Amino acid sequence: MAFDSKIPSGEMKEKWNDYKGHVKLVNPANKRKLEIIVVGTGLAGASAAASLGEMGYKVKAFCFQDSPRRAHSIAAQGGINAAKNYQNDGDSVFRLFYDTVKGGDYRAREANVHRLAEVSNAIIDQCVAQGVPFAREYGGLLSNRSFGGTQVQRTFYAAGQTGQQLLLGAYSALERQVALGNVTMYTRHEMLDVVIIDDKARGIIARNLVNGELEKHFGHAVLLCTGGYGNVFYLSTNAMGCNVTAAWKAHKKGAFFGNPCFTQIHPTCIPVSGDYQSKLTLMSESLRNDGRIWVPKQKGDNRKAVDIPEEERDYYLERRYPAFGNLVPRDVASRAAKERCDEGYGVGTTKLAVYLDFKDAIIRYGKIEQGKQGDTNVTEADTIRLGKAVVEEKYGNLFEMYEKITGENPYEMPMRIYPAVHYTMGGLWVDYELQTTVKGLYALGEANFSDHGANRLGASALMQGLADGYFVIPYTLGNYLADEIRTSAIPTDHPAFAATEKEVSDRITTLMNIKGTQTVESFHKRLGKIMWDKCGMARNEKGLQEAIVEIQALKKEFWSDLRIPGDTNSMNPELDKAGRVADFIELGELMCMDALDRKESCGGHFREESQTEEGEAKRDDENFSYVSAWEYKGESDWQLNKEPLEFEIVKPTQRSYK
Amino acid sequence: MEHYNMNLTLKVWRQRNNQATGSLETYLVKDISSEMSFLEMFDVLNEQLIVAGDDPIAFDHDCREGICGQCSMHINGRAHGPWTKNTTCQLHMRAFQDGDTIVVEPWRSKAFPVIKDLVVDRSAFDRVIQAGGYISVNTGNAVDANSLPIDKKDADDAFMAAACIGCGACVAACVNSSAMLFVSAKVSQLALLPQGEPERESRVLNMVAQMDKESFGNCSNTYACEAECPKGISVANIARMNREYLKAGLSTES
Repeated sequence: MAFDSKIPSGEMKEKWNDYKGHVKLVNPANKRKLEIIVVGTGLAGASAAASLGEMGYKVKAFCFQDSPRRAHSIAAQGGINAAKNYQNDGDSVFRLFYDTVKGGDYRAREANVHRLAEVSNAIIDQCVAQGVPFAREYGGLLSNRSFGGTQVQRTFYAAGQTGQQLLLGAYSALERQVALGNVTMYTRHEMLDVVIIDDKARGIIARNLVNGELEKHFGHAVLLCTGGYGNVFYLSTNAMGCNVTAAWKAHKKGAFFGNPCFTQIHPTCIPVSGDYQSKLTLMSESLRNDGRIWVPKQKGDNRKAVDIPEEERDYYLERRYPAFGNLVPRDVASRAAKERCDEGYGVGTTKLAVYLDFKDAIIRYGKIEQGKQGDTNVTEADTIRLGKAVVEEKYGNLFEMYEKITGENPYEMPMRIYPAVHYTMGGLWVDYELQTTVKGLYALGEANFSDHGANRLGASALMQGLADGYFVIPYTLGNYLADEIRTSAIPTDHPAFAATEKEVSDRITTLMNIKGTQTVESFHKRLGKIMWDKCGMARNEKGLQEAIVEIQALKKEFWSDLRIPGDTNSMNPELDKAGRVADFIELGELMCMDALDRKESCGGHFREESQTEEGEAKRDDENFSYVSAWEYKGESDWQLNKEPLEFEIVKPTQRSYK
Repeated sequence: MEHYNMNLTLKVWRQRNNQATGSLETYLVKDISSEMSFLEMFDVLNEQLIVAGDDPIAFDHDCREGICGQCSMHINGRAHGPWTKNTTCQLHMRAFQDGDTIVVEPWRSKAFPVIKDLVVDRSAFDRVIQAGGYISVNTGNAVDANSLPIDKKDADDAFMAAACIGCGACVAACVNSSAMLFVSAKVSQLALLPQGEPERESRVLNMVAQMDKESFGNCSNTYACEAECPKGISVANIARMNREYLKAGLSTES
């Protein structure tokens, strides 16, 4: 199948402006007649639904949680990037664009990334206008901090709760449109399929999770803002409900899946403590501004961290990457931690952890505070007390969270951290307009593949979600809908709606009728283990081939021995989960196939066969400078389509953070 | 931390649906690690129930890191359990000892009807926000973010109020099922910021009117809400909302 990325011609920095200047428009009277379905209410979905409602479209928004405010964007901690250059430290739209393309290890589409950098400033303005309480300096102006992979301070933040504050901003804008009657909100609803009529997306089948009823909803266009698929690994920093189902159903109805193997493993998470573990918790990357990462120089050193003297500590990131130190990009930091632990230098009971230490930062900040107070006659205890107060203001909620989970006080002893699955750069393939390969079906935010290449930089997910929802889709969707003004609402008794509803209902019946012996949870755990062991931080040909065989066997077992309690016509969380895990199993197979095809290392995708002598990821631009866009052909059968990547501005080089 | 395992007796509220009569049922769980979270202990129990052919216990949860506000258990008579400034999902089993009996109920409030077992309907909170918990600024209308300096203390106070996760513990903890802490947190956040000024009066009047319509009770200043709030939202917000309400009422009548 032919597919076109629809990148506008012209100079990189003029593309978006030119596009906006020439794009088709829909007049206000016609907007009122056009219906749009938005699935998911995180940053991308809530901002899109609110903005489209404001413009006068009739919007229906869906979320599986009990309120749109619960979407997992809420858990993002560290911050949001923008090219404001408020710090006068040399930032610009070009720098943000450049850093993002480089950080993504030259596997992102330049035109999309440039547009993202261009709209980044307007996002901050919009959020402040909504009353998002970003951190401020004493002069009343906005404060910034650094994140990995950059040398400027461009990250805006609200303590360690930036995602929460941005989402509540978008949520309040959304609820305002609900009050005005422009958006109808469906909570505790899960999209289970997309309805396609004459090759165009025309609606969805959703299940009401309270009473189990299937519902048919028409839309002139359908927007999937359903997040990432990190939960394919079972353990991840995603919320328990995060799933791939909406995106996967779209994929099976013709939407290509882009770069499924591009997974971000975040370097600083609280380590696994036991088999019962249900999820992992992130400790924000912002902590690497002030925390120093180290392991003992001696293998199997069992002394307490505080008893290990300075000269016996290996600050391995500072040693290996002096230019960026502890602020190297996430993929680099994660692999470095794994390397030390694999070599036997890990700490804690499982030996799968490294230290993140704030002692030096506490003393440094303490001395600055003393300086401010003009007090020279102080004890070390005073310095530490003052320093702790500063660290508490910056990261208090994160330190509290760490202590609740581990029972240890990180002000007194270093945190133990280890990498964990956090974000998926891959997702539904979209063109410049965020449209998938199915007409009228769009993907926004983490659900699409477009902006982060093979590795996302910190504080860029929030930026992308809001860019897509507030500032991109309001323009690009009009270009499609302008040709739909003569299409009147299709009644949901149309045969295509009935047929799709029947597919959904048959699948639910099949699942319920297995009546086997094993729980959904146990299958999900087994899938996660295969994925983490063989398609995780390091991948090789043999492992990936084994994983595919194991996943296919697991799938067979799932469909013959699954046990789902309860019934289909009342609240049944086990049934909800079963559908999601069934889709994760299929996705897992595709991820392994994609990882197998990409015989290079790039960003978060590390093929052991492709590394430099120093163990760094080795890209192969000659053979792999493309987006993998997988087309579903049938069970365990996909065709690989390639979108070649051309770099006009940021010429690919070996990424170096040394 | 020293780890230990424990055997526990759980008394859990079971209710098939909104119409059914519920009751406390007793369950035993064994070898629970002190390092588990409270909800992981529930996962263990649910796996037991499914394997035994019983219906697992329905409960709300999502992020399991204390920020989404979806988890909502009343544990041994306290919203979110024995730890202060904490959500159910962040409660860990080291809060309990071998042999303990733990009673788990849903949020109890007329405004939060039970859907099933421990799951309640909190959509009343969304409707209160719809009544005015926002600043009316359409996308694209904003001026440069730094064109409006905001006093750091006001910004910090607004942030503290905005930290509310909308879980409903304040309502569950209150003898009157009052939602004053939730509503006042949003009113305060927006009243403290200059961006909130144009709608300051209508906002507080409309949100309070909606709160009353949702059949939340009145505030009688017991401060149980603040004590049980997982995010430490202060009752000072309630005082601020009362002032805002009074001022708004006076100026709209004149």
